[in-house]
Amino acid sequence: MSERQITLEVLRYRPESESEPVFQSYSVPCQEEWVVLDALNYIKDNLDRTLSYRWSCHMAVCGSCGMVINDNPMLSCKAFLRDLPDHIRVEPLHNFPIERDLMVELDDFMDKLKSVKPYLIPDQPVAEEDGTYRQSSAQLKKYKPFAMCINCMACYSVCPQYGLNEGFVGPAALALAHRYNVDSRDQGRRAREDVVASNTGIWECTFVGACSEVCPKNVDPAAAIQQTKIASTVDYFKDLLMPGKRDKSGNAKQAAGDGA
Amino acid sequence: MTNPPYIRPIPASWWLRQGRYVRYMIREATCLFIGLHALVLLVGVYRLSQGRDAFDAFLAALWSPAGQVMGAVIVLMAVVHSVTWFNLTPKAMPLWIGDRKVPGWIIVGGHYGGWIVVSAVVLFLAGGLS
Amino acid sequence: MARSNKPIVWGLFAAGGTVTAFFVPALMVVLGLAVPFGLLSPNDLSFDRVYGIVAHPLGRLILFGFITVSLWHAAHRTRTTVHDLGISNDGITMFICYGVAGLGTVLAAVFLLLL
Repeated sequence: MSERQITLEVLRYRPESESEPVFQSYSVPCQEEWVVLDALNYIKDNLDRTLSYRWSCHMAVCGSCGMVINDNPMLSCKAFLRDLPDHIRVEPLHNFPIERDLMVELDDFMDKLKSVKPYLIPDQPVAEEDGTYRQSSAQLKKYKPFAMCINCMACYSVCPQYGLNEGFVGPAALALAHRYNVDSRDQGRRAREDVVASNTGIWECTFVGACSEVCPKNVDPAAAIQQTKIASTVDYFKDLLMPGKRDKSGNAKQAAGDGA
Repeated sequence: MTNPPYIRPIPASWWLRQGRYVRYMIREATCLFIGLHALVLLVGVYRLSQGRDAFDAFLAALWSPAGQVMGAVIVLMAVVHSVTWFNLTPKAMPLWIGDRKVPGWIIVGGHYGGWIVVSAVVLFLAGGLS
Repeated sequence: MARSNKPIVWGLFAAGGTVTAFFVPALMVVLGLAVPFGLLSPNDLSFDRVYGIVAHPLGRLILFGFITVSLWHAAHRTRTTVHDLGISNDGITMFICYGVAGLGTVLAAVFLLLL
């Protein structure tokens, strides 16, 4: 096993003593097969116990360790040192308030995730005695790629519209809404449109496409949002031409009337 | 005394930081030239409504050296618009045949093919079907 | 939260983006470059011939639609790009962009009707 000396430049924010973040450098003796998270763990264990960051699974499924590594948001447990230069800059995800060091505030993201009703809304729920929902593998294929999100928030970090627009629901949550919209068991698209097709939903997206480029799980939020735009535009003009036909599925009509 | 969570400011030059954002801005900027092209057509129709002399003067201006530079820039940016627009079509309009997703390059290729046919027809008709 | 009325402008933006992607390069070559570069003869763009095509009812209708969606495509994308550049007063931007596109739409209709 060969060892490599790597300089990690980490953005630190210690709110009890600093009013803004500063970079701090660490020289870390790294093993060939390490990922950036291993190097951070080395710092925490051997060099500086005060360094704060989130992680859990170390195998790219939990989504906790998203951070910006050399200007690109990625899972630090999936960022292999062999693919990176000897000087690595590690920052917290962009577009989120920094709580401490590499940890950002999750509240806004969590609220938005909930706001799109990310669960099945069937016209006729299947009762337990009837068995289970039936779905073919072809129907599964339609939404499965959009179901792979692990909420690492890398897409929010590169989305300029999330940074620039207060309230924008953002890529991952809109992709999740799409995941349910195109699920054969779900009829909740109209109910979701009150948030998804509001002024702070899909219409804030300008199809930069960066979200899809950085997703560690190959979810394609940009595609999900454009497809939702087309479906919502069709719905909008249908409602305009045939008012009254609208609330067939769910409470969409009522909720839209509230305006709140 | 603990400071609140720190919000990093976004400078107006954010889009210069990464190549992907610069490419995005170039794509968006093509719309100015699509708009310019619409204004050229608008002026053209106006001059056409004023009669033969006015329309000839319009064409003379369009074919002057400055007019040619403007035309070339519009064509160039319009091509950038076409390419970037068509390249994104598989994301906006995915195609399924049964349970198989049609590969993106076929959708993009289909649009390019249509674009070539349309362009050829426009040029052919402009030549007076000759 | 209320649903947005953006589908109107976005619909025009998307329609305009698609139509212009297919037609603008060839059309601008024909109109602006083909004659100076010798690809077409000046007779191909003579007043009588162009008038004959444009003044035909179908010609007027198609050209009106084409100019309209081109203008609204440009207007909507300009609006979002201005916002991207950090000018966050979207109300004024919207008024100017859609105002110009709306005015252009009206003018296109007037010019084509008076042809």
